[in-house]
Amino acid sequence: MKEIVVISGKGGTGKTSIVASFATLAGKAILADCDVDAADLHLVLNPVIERREDFSGGKKASIIEENCIGCDRCIEECRFDAISYPDSGKADTPRVNHIFCEGCGVCFRVCPADAISFKQAVNGEWFVSSTKYGPMVHARLGMAEGNSGKLVSQIRQEARSIAEKENLDYIIVDGSPGVGCPVISSITGADLVLVITEPTLSGRHDLLRVAELTSFFRIPTIVCVNKWDLNADITGQIEQEAREHNVRPAGRVRYDTSVTSAQIAGTSIIAFADGDVSRDIRDLWNSVVTTLDGGAA
Amino acid sequence: MKIAIASGKGGTGKTTIATNLALTLADAGTNVQLLDCDVEEPNCHIFLKPKIESATPVTVPIPKVIEEKCTGCGICAEVCEFSAIAVVKKKVLIFPELCHGCGACSLFCPENAFVEVPREVGAIEKGSADGIIFTQGLLNIGELMSPAVISEVKKSAGDPDVLIIDSPPGTSCPVIEAVKDAEFILLVTEPTPFGLNDLKLAVGMAKALNLPFAVAVNRSDVGDDAVAEYCRSENIEIFLEIPNDRRIAEAYSRGEMVVRELPEYLETFKTCWDRIRAFSEKETSSKPNSDGTAKEA
Ligand code: SF4
Ligand code: SF4
Ligand code: SF4
Ligand code: SF4
Repeated sequence: MKEIVVISGKGGTGKTSIVASFATLAGKAILADCDVDAADLHLVLNPVIERREDFSGGKKASIIEENCIGCDRCIEECRFDAISYPDSGKADTPRVNHIFCEGCGVCFRVCPADAISFKQAVNGEWFVSSTKYGPMVHARLGMAEGNSGKLVSQIRQEARSIAEKENLDYIIVDGSPGVGCPVISSITGADLVLVITEPTLSGRHDLLRVAELTSFFRIPTIVCVNKWDLNADITGQIEQEAREHNVRPAGRVRYDTSVTSAQIAGTSIIAFADGDVSRDIRDLWNSVVTTLDGGAA
Repeated sequence: MKIAIASGKGGTGKTTIATNLALTLADAGTNVQLLDCDVEEPNCHIFLKPKIESATPVTVPIPKVIEEKCTGCGICAEVCEFSAIAVVKKKVLIFPELCHGCGACSLFCPENAFVEVPREVGAIEKGSADGIIFTQGLLNIGELMSPAVISEVKKSAGDPDVLIIDSPPGTSCPVIEAVKDAEFILLVTEPTPFGLNDLKLAVGMAKALNLPFAVAVNRSDVGDDAVAEYCRSENIEIFLEIPNDRRIAEAYSRGEMVVRELPEYLETFKTCWDRIRAFSEKETSSKPNSDGTAKEA
């Protein structure tokens, strides 16, 4: 069993459309949508939810008004400015703003009056579903929640255990954008990272940042320039620079408005139309498989 | 006035809008400052090509144990909610990457054995471009603490007439850090199913933070009407629509500014700005002391 993570630097480069296409091509595979901040894969794979679980990103503090003596110790010690008196002026006890609470427990421990409860907060849900192309693990993170890294790890873990149980060949992960917390959780320990980028100067800049990250974690990395024909010169430059950073160009996918049409139809481009762009993606998948089987792990 | 440009996911045109809006204002003689808070993948500099005048490292305080004072009691490890400390055989081990800098360990150590030392997690760079005062943050590769870098970028804000914040994509903790004290958020999306899904998440975030917002639709003629319909039914105004003009995509791919290359779009951005200003004037006059919780935090 091999795990491939598809990431993009910044998102919006067509990553999810390509993952959905891989799903239709991969055969015995499980999908994991780890782009938990902006999960879109379900929109084209129409999963049927079979199991749902609550997700807790950690604890959050709340003030128990009856007990509070208004000493303000919690406000003084909270380094995340999460506790304050509400503006309206009516309440005489401070409140915790859960959006800013990091769950460090300092307030709970300094409060002299037992006036703070500190409990696991449910702030998301994750699902095991079935799709036409195999099982899928995905999630919904609560609004304005942190700790997406932990949720990403849980999704990958679940996908791995299902893959083992059902003896699947591939885990295909739709990874998170950026180079920070959730993307690090998306890629650590994977067999291969595929970066989808665009032929733009910002795409090039983002690819180099991501390549630095994957080499930091020593994960074999390949790249595909999506919509490459929008600027063939920059595509060439990106591929050249990628090679210099030990990132092998594994394919190019052309610009085609049918990719958007497939999305609107709620299906993958491969299932939607069998044109040139579908052929590009097929070639890319074949190249991924060759890399994975050629000992990239 | 402080406005943030945000989006549910990356690659929707957030940076294009932030930079071109800033340049449009600067050209009109407005004193404008642009903060690139997308510290995982900062891209504004590619388009503005600013002259960087200073660079400063961003540090977070992490605890360090003065071994002579430590009795190995283990309290610090118990109070650390993030498993960043372990006490093994009476020796304290600190894992800096896991540390959130909450201060619990030093606060509760009975021997006062902690000092806090700065640890570098990124940098901020200041400069100027074409009449725009510019700051960007850059997270070091492999680091998780983007909110710390964003907070530093935001501290560099002077007192310009207009402050524009290019926020990271998504709705997670770094985004909250970037947008939380803005007076207005412009949410950028595309008229596709993915765009709509991500827009709904971004709207949820803006509402949770109690911030006024409107929508910008990029490549407004590529997809379907679902975004427009959603905005209509939710009473959300659309302040900016940028058509799918191949010349814009090309200018973008080369790292050029739309309003310079295609001056006919100056008017588009001016109109957008006029709407934002009119909207905020209406807001402040109609609701004098309204819900400022998020602003205070
Ligand atoms: S748990 Fe920590 S971050 Fe949350 S309110 Fe208490 S002190 Fe602040
Ligand atoms: S520390 Fe406890 S008693 Fe003091 S203000 Fe905070 S909640 Fe109230
Ligand atoms: S709490 Fe203080 S004394 Fe106890 S193990 Fe930690 S550093 Fe040492
Ligand atoms: S500062 Fe907070 S997170 Fe960091 S080691 Fe101390 S207790 Fe743990």
